[in-house]
Amino acid sequence: MAVIAEEANEITLENLWKTAEGQRVLSCMQCGMCVGTCPYGDVMDYPPRRIIGMLKEGELDTVLRSNSLLTCVTCYACMTKCPRGIKLTEVLLPLVKELTFVQLSDVPSELQRALENTLRYGNPMGESPRKRADWVKTSKVPIRILHQDRRPTDVLWFVECYTSYHPRGQDNCRATARLFHALGIDFAILGNEEKCAGEAARMVGESGLFDTLMDYNIKVLEKYEYNRIVTSGAHAYDTFKYQYPPRGFHRPVEHTTPFFARHLDQLKPKLTKKLNYTVTYHDACVLGRHNGFYDEPRRLLAAIPGVRLVEMEHNRANSICCGGGGGGMWLDTYYKMKGYERLSERRIKEALNTGADVLAVSCPYEVSRFEDALKTVGGDKKMIVRDVTELLAEALEE
Amino acid sequence: MNTLVLLKMVPDVVEELEVAADGKSLDTSFLRTIINERDDHALEQALLLKERHGGKVTVVALDAPDIDDTLFAAMAKGADRAVKITDVPEGLTTQTAAKLCAQALAGLLPADLILTGVQALDDLDGLSAAIVAHQLGLPYIGVVTGVTADGPTATVIKEFAGGVRGEFAVTLPAVLGVQAAEKPPRYVPVAKVRAMMKTQKIETVPVAGDVGAATIEVRQLAKPVVSSHAEMLEGSPEEAAAKLVERLAQRGLI
Repeated sequence: MAVIAEEANEITLENLWKTAEGQRVLSCMQCGMCVGTCPYGDVMDYPPRRIIGMLKEGELDTVLRSNSLLTCVTCYACMTKCPRGIKLTEVLLPLVKELTFVQLSDVPSELQRALENTLRYGNPMGESPRKRADWVKTSKVPIRILHQDRRPTDVLWFVECYTSYHPRGQDNCRATARLFHALGIDFAILGNEEKCAGEAARMVGESGLFDTLMDYNIKVLEKYEYNRIVTSGAHAYDTFKYQYPPRGFHRPVEHTTPFFARHLDQLKPKLTKKLNYTVTYHDACVLGRHNGFYDEPRRLLAAIPGVRLVEMEHNRANSICCGGGGGGMWLDTYYKMKGYERLSERRIKEALNTGADVLAVSCPYEVSRFEDALKTVGGDKKMIVRDVTELLAEALEE
Repeated sequence: MNTLVLLKMVPDVVEELEVAADGKSLDTSFLRTIINERDDHALEQALLLKERHGGKVTVVALDAPDIDDTLFAAMAKGADRAVKITDVPEGLTTQTAAKLCAQALAGLLPADLILTGVQALDDLDGLSAAIVAHQLGLPYIGVVTGVTADGPTATVIKEFAGGVRGEFAVTLPAVLGVQAAEKPPRYVPVAKVRAMMKTQKIETVPVAGDVGAATIEVRQLAKPVVSSHAEMLEGSPEEAAAKLVERLAQRGLI
């Protein structure tokens, strides 16, 4: 499905036409499928189709000056729909985003703060790196921190930023820890040694920041013995899988949702509490379109007693992005100032239309985005947002 | 338009500050320092002036942990030259530090403007910039939120309380204490900072001379006493106001 990471990592705009992916880009027939499926295709000055056209004509500077790609939320929709199989979100768009970012005269302030915080503190919210593992004190099950107890572990759980610091992310953490514990899995975390995996930095075009974070995390991750990384971060999973290997980091990595789906046979007998929820599942872009995990979250939800699963109009490969990818997490104000609809609001309206009382998600960006969107559209009395892990933990026997 | 920008590092309050065992200073074991926010604005204002009028921007700082990163970042943003004042004695106060900076700045003149932050976390009185100006015998305007340079004078916007702004003409060279630049400090991509670290050098000048003993001694440093009581005044606005007046009168405040 994906371009081989080593190949993608060596492609630049200068050598693009000499690569297999460049030849694919040249095969673009300007059909406009990418524009039609892009959630911001209607407002973007230069959607992927036009970028390719401008690139072919040597007019890329016009694209860069337009800052058009600040509106790209790297949702993989264009790439999924391209009939020529051009790997837009994997190769071409990050290259153009990087050039766009470097020449930006003003980085939107929320994004600037998030990037500066990530460089300085290892998390975009600007929280103390010494408090990254503070949530552990609130866990009902013991959690081993590797720099305090270096014994080898089966699972190195890479917690990630929103999960470590955001109060609702911490709910996800406590749920995940309970699930690991219930399954008897030997797991441990990096604690305060962990820093943001960097996916958002790369996908917004801040490649230097991404490199800094990746170099740091690889050094830390190479210190310990473990069989696999399991991460709560959907975007962290994606970047560990595709971007870290070209730097020589080749450890098996899983995201928590497919990991628990793989253990469903052991987990199911423990899901004894009936929840009586009607649930609709939002496919996270990186887990769904980029990695094909459509069935795993649905199988987990279907295994919970009393859960009735309903689908939104756009689901699976057609899912609408929450708007948080590609730096969009910190561009809500920028989009609003431009008069664009927030994608989290567009999506939550679809979720509300299903009549479900729970929106289930698998990406740590989404809980806060959709909870905010519910309040904005006036739906917070009708629906709650829960990570799949939270629902599983809720159904666990006490 | 040649500008000198004086930068300094201050404790980063994202980390909890702790008092050291001597009871007089900050515990430095977990302390991280960060560029003084107002100095970052002074740098931005200098870069804006350079973009409008040309010239050179030189950043100057007393040696401190992490100062090199800050100076390289300043160059990546557009400063032309970075100068670090070395061999800095310990135990400096705002006054003695400002005198040392003034001595170093004197060696870097002529310049049209010297910009620095009007305040810092450890200089809330805003003395530093004024002392520098006094030492150099230059005019000083503080709480500056905008600068237009036109020939031998500059027009400076100074902020007063209550949203009042004053416009001043000042003869150059002058020292300005910057409250806020005309726009927020710019972002600098990490790759640009790394490139600066590879291609640029930070110049060093040793401390020029003696600044005399500090006239202020810190006797004790302590965290504010935490107390936890709040009384909510219930009732209609009139009733609540009457209760408030009663409480204030009881304490002899009115």
